Amino acid sequence: MSTRDIVYIALFAALTAALGLFPPITLPAIGVPITAQSMGVMLAGALAGSKRGGLALLLFIVLVAIGLPLLSGGRGGFGIFLGPSGGFLLSWPIAAFLIGWLFEKHKGEPTLPLALVYLAVGGIGLVYLIGVPWIAFAAELSLTQAFTGSIGFVPGDLIKVVLAALVARGVRRAYPAL
Amino acid sequence: MFDLYREGSSFLHRLPPGVKLLSLAICGTVLFLLDSIVIMLAFLVTTVGLYLAVGFSLRTAWAQLRPAAWILAILFVAQVVLNSWETAVFIIARFAGLLLLAGLLTLTTRASDMIEAMERGFWVLRYVGVSPAKVSLALSLALRFIPVLATVTNEVREAQKVRGLDRSIIAVAIPVVVRMLRMSDDISDAIDARGYAPR
Repeated sequence: MSTRDIVYIALFAALTAALGLFPPITLPAIGVPITAQSMGVMLAGALAGSKRGGLALLLFIVLVAIGLPLLSGGRGGFGIFLGPSGGFLLSWPIAAFLIGWLFEKHKGEPTLPLALVYLAVGGIGLVYLIGVPWIAFAAELSLTQAFTGSIGFVPGDLIKVVLAALVARGVRRAYPAL
Repeated sequence: MFDLYREGSSFLHRLPPGVKLLSLAICGTVLFLLDSIVIMLAFLVTTVGLYLAVGFSLRTAWAQLRPAAWILAILFVAQVVLNSWETAVFIIARFAGLLLLAGLLTLTTRASDMIEAMERGFWVLRYVGVSPAKVSLALSLALRFIPVLATVTNEVREAQKVRGLDRSIIAVAIPVVVRMLRMSDDISDAIDARGYAPR
């Protein structure tokens, strides 16, 4: 771990926190609030890489657990992990790691369609793979019921995947030294 | 330090943060192993009692549940429809009790004390090959970066307003991230130049 790695880990943890400050947008068609926060997971993976991205999100989760109100809506504290959405949060470091790992398989940057696939696999697929069973276990629902309850968030997640891919692309071009 | 801490001098305020964290973890684990509605309701009542015992109001207790209120309501209805109202009460009592207990930890512990307690616990990390000093550095840097990010975001939005782009997420996010990356490189160069090498 070089000093630069440590600073980058801190930066992407802070970036995820800052994205939680944006007010959630509610799409009238779906009625589910969309927060910008999970874009932090995607950007950390796509820009900082597997190890640094994963550790950045781990650091973010530690900051939330300490009791800082960094989750969207000013929520924080240890109770977040014990609630129904705890699994989604705990999946974030692994998701950032996976996205980073997929991106690192390419010299330079992956093509835009590939980047979209990678971000969707890590930022949506893996997150639901961990988050939905957690809801099912904690709320004593079947997997199907838990998944049906979460499906409303998928359209918003898809929008975030597209935005994160475009932002990551723009940053890499403006800052090739990454 | 901005956190959710509330001033007070009760026994819970004075308890070491490490003890509180450990108790919460134990309670959380045990409650998921138990399957009795009576115990759950007793736990919920006891937790609310703790709020009053350390001098918080019932309104403070409710404020802990408010962010999760609509999720809990949806869950309650879903359980009544899908299972039975006993299961519904059991689930909601367990969630509400745990959220309140965790809230109690957050309200009676300063974030700075919590960080200190954690840093004391970091020596454990040595055994898995992680440097405690590096973890501390990342922690303090992240806390410092959050307000800086807010400032930089405002500056970029001002600049993009002139171009009519202040509502575009992409037009704001890219310059913000690039500026922060440049700043990060400067900071790490500055740390290295001063010969700081955390062990």
